[in-house]
Amino acid sequence: MSTIDGKVWKFGDNIDTDVIVPGKYLVHDLPEIAKHVLEGVRPEFAEQVRSGDIIVGGSNFGTGSSREMAPRGLQAAGASAIIARSFARIFFRNCINVGLPPVECADADLIEEGQRVSIDLGVGKITVIDTGRELDAVALPDEIGEILNAGGMENYLAAKFHRTST
Amino acid sequence: MKMTVAQKIIARASGRDSVQPDEVLWVDVDLAMMHDSSGPRRIWPALVKLDVGVWDPDRIVLVADHYVPAADVQAATILTTTRKFAAAFGIERFHEAQGIAHTLIVEKGYARPGMLYVGADSHTCTGGVMGCLALGVGSTDMLGVVTTGRTWLRVPHTIRVNVEGRLPAGVTAKDLILTIIGDHGMDGGLYQVLEFTGSAIAAMTMQERSVLTNMCAEIGAKSGIVPADAVTVAHLAALGIEADAGPFSDPDAEYSDVWNYDAATIEPVVARPNKHDDVVPISALGAPRVNRAYIGSCTGAKYEDLAMAAEVLKGREVAATVLLQVAPASRAALQQAMSDGTAQTLMEAGAHVLSTGCGACPGIGTGILAAGEVSISTTNRNARGRMGSPDSSVYLGSPYAVAAAAVAGHIVDPRDFIGANS
Repeated sequence: MSTIDGKVWKFGDNIDTDVIVPGKYLVHDLPEIAKHVLEGVRPEFAEQVRSGDIIVGGSNFGTGSSREMAPRGLQAAGASAIIARSFARIFFRNCINVGLPPVECADADLIEEGQRVSIDLGVGKITVIDTGRELDAVALPDEIGEILNAGGMENYLAAKFHRTST
Repeated sequence: MKMTVAQKIIARASGRDSVQPDEVLWVDVDLAMMHDSSGPRRIWPALVKLDVGVWDPDRIVLVADHYVPAADVQAATILTTTRKFAAAFGIERFHEAQGIAHTLIVEKGYARPGMLYVGADSHTCTGGVMGCLALGVGSTDMLGVVTTGRTWLRVPHTIRVNVEGRLPAGVTAKDLILTIIGDHGMDGGLYQVLEFTGSAIAAMTMQERSVLTNMCAEIGAKSGIVPADAVTVAHLAALGIEADAGPFSDPDAEYSDVWNYDAATIEPVVARPNKHDDVVPISALGAPRVNRAYIGSCTGAKYEDLAMAAEVLKGREVAATVLLQVAPASRAALQQAMSDGTAQTLMEAGAHVLSTGCGACPGIGTGILAAGEVSISTTNRNARGRMGSPDSSVYLGSPYAVAAAAVAGHIVDPRDFIGANS
């Protein structure tokens, strides 16, 4: 699995999918949804986030509805990974399925807004580039890493069906 | 290897004799559910691209509940797509505007004891009331399920929630689960299954039990489960479905925690706006004013919820400053309420009855909130902006509490309205 690095946007505990993408935007397409991500807690985020940036949250990130537009919207806005102390389980699965790495790190609180971090997904390690500090993260089990490595569930299924049909 | 009921269901679905918590496994799915928002509009384009069909149309339930009735052309188009999908893939268990998916799964007996049930919605856990393992997922997970009949999961630890005794008059399953969420926080059950046991649970109706499993989503749990007992078996028998009680956890199964509650000590509570684990007894709340009252959703608009509201509203009138809206959780709930006068009582008190569906709860349907509006609602979540404007406020409470607040114009102990405090 690859290494990702980017600038950190820091959020708190229990960031809810109703806040990530409010229900009223769910009739819209992804580019429009991406313009509104997290506007409930940080109205400037969607405009200022840059491609490759990394979101860092606290406990239970992505709690709430099963809407997959939450990780898809964050991804479309530019996020390259999400680090959190813990994730809401459906949000965690949705991240894998859309190819946005969810990284569980018990020390996520030690990462600060604006720092640059690099994530080694294979071994489960986060390095705060500004300070050189290394933090342990949870490496994904192979069964799940396979889906993420394929770029998400759709690619994973495409390879599976292609393989069984030939 | 001693196992909890959740672990037993996973072992069976993965073709193993036993499983251990934290193992990651692929399992066979017995029942899959998706709705108009999470289903066809999201997965059909991928099915076309993959050039595959669905694994078993008879194991799929499709419900149009989020966008009914269509409020605009986009919503109408989503419903058209849903309908066409049901026809194209031969899904006979398709229900449009018949009720909320989670209510129908129980009402029609689709979920059965011991099943591994996966639904593309976070409140899929409601189905655990049938004694099955009911797991919510997102749309692309559902794409994997409907094309292969399989999904992966991590074997959860189980927390036993043991509730003994009887809830006092005027105190409901909603007050109990809100109290539990308030005690343990919205991440208190993260990745784990809550298994409900005890004499208070045994004495509850299926509809009240389903409030407990429904709101397991709000404590971060993987699911909630009430192992099938005589009440479950009788519910299924009334639908012409034969089933046995169980599966049950082994007597010496290992739980990650046991939460004990004495039902007699539970009192009417609400969750304060923006944080559904900010739970306080109504008696300690002051009397915040509300201008909206909403009885709706899979949590709080089943027949028994409408009947509770009617108990409060009988012979009373909704305050002139409050708009009370009722969106029944299913057509059957409304029909039952019409057959015994419950619906008439609600209407006579001044309630506005809306169509069945998810309605204003997810901020999608009719009846949503403007900036500055304050609602008390029988729904399950109140994150900022959930039911409309980010500057609206939502208190979560029982049907009794919502109806009492609608009459008083402010939040008030509902027991005073049903003679329970005398």
